[in-house]
Amino acid sequence: MKITTARQISQIFFVILFLWFCVTTTLGDKWWQLRGWPVNWIIQLDPLVGIGTLLATRALYAGLLWGLITVVSTIVLGRFFCGWVCPFGAIHQFMGFCGKYKKPLKDKISINRYSPWQSLKYFFLFIFLAAAFIDLSGILAPGNPLVTGSLQIGLLDPIPLLYRSVNLALLPLFDGSVVHLSASFRFYDGAWVIGVVFIAAMTLNFLRPRFYCRYICPLGALFGILSRFAIFRIGKNKPECSNCDFCEKNCEGACSPTSRIRVNECVLCMNCVKDCRHEMMSYRKYPSEAGERVSPDMTRRGLVLTLASGALLPPMFRLSGTTSLNRHASLVRPPGSIIEHEFLKRCIKCGQCMRICPTNVIHPAGFEAGFEALWTPSLNFRIGTSGCQHNCIACGNICPTAAIRPITLDERLGTGSYENQGPIRIGMAFVDHGRCLPWAMDLPCIVCQENCPVSPKAIFTREIYQSVREHNDIKIRMLEKNVVETTNKNMEPDRFATGDYFLKFIDMPDLSLSLITGNTENKIEFTGTDSLDKALYYDGRAEILILLQQPYIDPEKCIGCGICQHECPVKGKRAIRITAENESRNPEHSFLLSR
Amino acid sequence: MKNLEQNNTVLKEYEKKPGMKRREFLIRAGKAGLCVAAASSLGYYFYDPHGPAAFSQKENIITLPDFSLPDKRPVMAIVHGTGDRNKSLGMAIKALGGMEVFIKKGDRVLLKVNAAFASPPSLSATTHPDLVSETIRLCYAAGASSVSVTDNPINDPATCFTLSGIDKAALSQGARVILPRESLFQPTTVSGAKLIRSWPLLYGPFDGITKLIGMAPIKDHHRSGASMTMKNWYGLLGGRRNIFHQDVHGVIEELAMMVSPTLVILDGTWTMMTNGPTGGSLSDLKQTNTMIVSTDQVAADAYGATLLGKSPENLPHILKAEAQGVGTADFNSINPIRINAG
Repeated sequence: MKITTARQISQIFFVILFLWFCVTTTLGDKWWQLRGWPVNWIIQLDPLVGIGTLLATRALYAGLLWGLITVVSTIVLGRFFCGWVCPFGAIHQFMGFCGKYKKPLKDKISINRYSPWQSLKYFFLFIFLAAAFIDLSGILAPGNPLVTGSLQIGLLDPIPLLYRSVNLALLPLFDGSVVHLSASFRFYDGAWVIGVVFIAAMTLNFLRPRFYCRYICPLGALFGILSRFAIFRIGKNKPECSNCDFCEKNCEGACSPTSRIRVNECVLCMNCVKDCRHEMMSYRKYPSEAGERVSPDMTRRGLVLTLASGALLPPMFRLSGTTSLNRHASLVRPPGSIIEHEFLKRCIKCGQCMRICPTNVIHPAGFEAGFEALWTPSLNFRIGTSGCQHNCIACGNICPTAAIRPITLDERLGTGSYENQGPIRIGMAFVDHGRCLPWAMDLPCIVCQENCPVSPKAIFTREIYQSVREHNDIKIRMLEKNVVETTNKNMEPDRFATGDYFLKFIDMPDLSLSLITGNTENKIEFTGTDSLDKALYYDGRAEILILLQQPYIDPEKCIGCGICQHECPVKGKRAIRITAENESRNPEHSFLLSR
Repeated sequence: MKNLEQNNTVLKEYEKKPGMKRREFLIRAGKAGLCVAAASSLGYYFYDPHGPAAFSQKENIITLPDFSLPDKRPVMAIVHGTGDRNKSLGMAIKALGGMEVFIKKGDRVLLKVNAAFASPPSLSATTHPDLVSETIRLCYAAGASSVSVTDNPINDPATCFTLSGIDKAALSQGARVILPRESLFQPTTVSGAKLIRSWPLLYGPFDGITKLIGMAPIKDHHRSGASMTMKNWYGLLGGRRNIFHQDVHGVIEELAMMVSPTLVILDGTWTMMTNGPTGGSLSDLKQTNTMIVSTDQVAADAYGATLLGKSPENLPHILKAEAQGVGTADFNSINPIRINAG
């Protein structure tokens, strides 16, 4: 078997594995749904996730230790991950193959020539790493909340990018074609941008094969640096050859194997080994006989400038106050999310929480919560099949970086050993009196109260009798037992038979209200009272009242799950809405005295 | 580039000496080995199988020291009949034995004024600048080595201190004005309290302080009924302190438990009778020509309440503070010295 065939098998394996992980990241009891598959494994193998969170938080979270294996292997073997493992790279390679298929040899060689722009990816890498690491608060400006680190690597890190694109932009489009991945079709607010980025990354392969890998990928840049001392590397067996350039026609890394090979750009695709007709190329212990380059085209000055720029980014993001005074009230994070400034040091925007969420309530945030929070999880209670379900802890248990902590049901619900702590609150519901049916329109409703999953309910009601506008002064023509005949014939038949309407005799204030059981255009039936049996009543006045239950929120009990908001019948802009008030991840956001 | 050229030269050397090739490999393999070792030990060192805690608990809780005199016997002086604050304050202090009783040589004094609002002195929503400057003068005259003035106002701090005239008054007497900054706050927990627990306190100005004087005007307050010396400590809190308005009497009680001042000065020269605590109009004020100086904040407030036409029975925080043993609401029991200046 040729080494390139082995590489292809490896690439296909990882692409299929990746797609399988995406598909199986579905809650349910079917065989293809989540069954303990290590669906984060490829993310965990990505050492940029580990290093990024490590720099930002000074800790390497659980499964991210897998990245160490990739790092160690890269130090020994070179950029094998890019050529053999990375599913995003494999897709690029395939797209690049399509782009150059049947093109003349000369063109193939020319599009695979090294370009100085390939250094761009190192700038991206160092900007993001500096932004994650920088936390000068103790040194430069004590107590200045602006000066802090922020993990933005997920914007360009290929693995989170691929997960995000497939999970949020592609899978929903194909859902239902072969198998229904979700009970209902999935929506993701603003995911079109994610899709456009993905399509752009794909299309650019027609300009240059592996465009993203060569020019943009910060993970590739990291591997480029790690491969500096690689024990094994591609090289020429003799310093001189016929210079036919065949080795460059399929060179994935554009690393100039013909001349002095750029070790840091070589993705170990092994195409040069295969394509050289004179068997001049090999993967070997010694440097290429034609010489090699091991460093990116980046001056020391450029590096310092890049690091400094990266370090300035998070403080500048914070100028908007989005993590403090100017926080966006509707940025509601999933249950278990840690305090915002720590959250932004961990979230890699991979979209795993949004994919696993059984109710499709978690969505990629746009710019409303600041540029830093782009594509981080935010709850949208309008979309999806329900609010944030009371007995669900899926998002925290899938989050690869613990931006959403892996909480237990006990912790979420405030039961068992968490009894004293109380349930996790992600926000709080507020009733909009101008839109709520019983508050604004004299219509009975309380769907919100009915659906509140908390026990005892966080939504309670107060009953009021409101007079029915058109029938608040009815002239009685005749009164018999349990039936009133009115002088006007202006009532809509059976309108008042719903059980919510009551009759009040204006001239008999002591008499209790009588439940209306039916009506015609001039007669009202009601459940009689004893005192009325005797008193026949002519030429009196009556009014019709409607009994309304108006919803109120108990801030001590409301956990912000948003099921009420999801169910509210006023669909356009709900009459009960969640904002992040009282969220327990930040005690500063509480307005309650207790806890 | 220069580096790369050198590499190339070195490589050309290998061609000449085959042994160099092996040497290059061993050096490179050694470096790779070092990198592997470094990466592995870093990974191991920072490995965190548990993930972050729900809350960071690295709080260094502080408590305010007791600034009251060793002689715990409460004293009080009430001066009536003059609108001249310098005069009434001087008479009250003199009646209590002079400032030397309270401020010793070398004492570092902090004045907690009420600078809550960006409002001119004439509206009496803030501690009057004349009172501030005279108090500072008396402190220095008694031998104080330093006097500072602080508050965490509701409106913009710098504007409050400027418009209220306190800034100028303090500086003119050589005192230091400390405006609140994030870094000056530290969490405190009041022993036995329900509300003030791990709550940010304006602690920075207390650094090195040996004596504390609270200075407040008497004001109407729509939520707590009155704003006097105990309510004035509210200005030592930071954070989202207004949530305590849900239990305003409870928090004033705890503020009184939190702070044991050397002295309180309650200014009833003009009393804000209505539209408190901001006032905003001269018609909200009534000239009551009274100055109260006491070591007992509860007694001072209980007397101040009478100028508002109220009594401790209308003001639950006074009774609550008394029940906590902070002081006595029965001000007559501590035999206040009453002086008529008129």
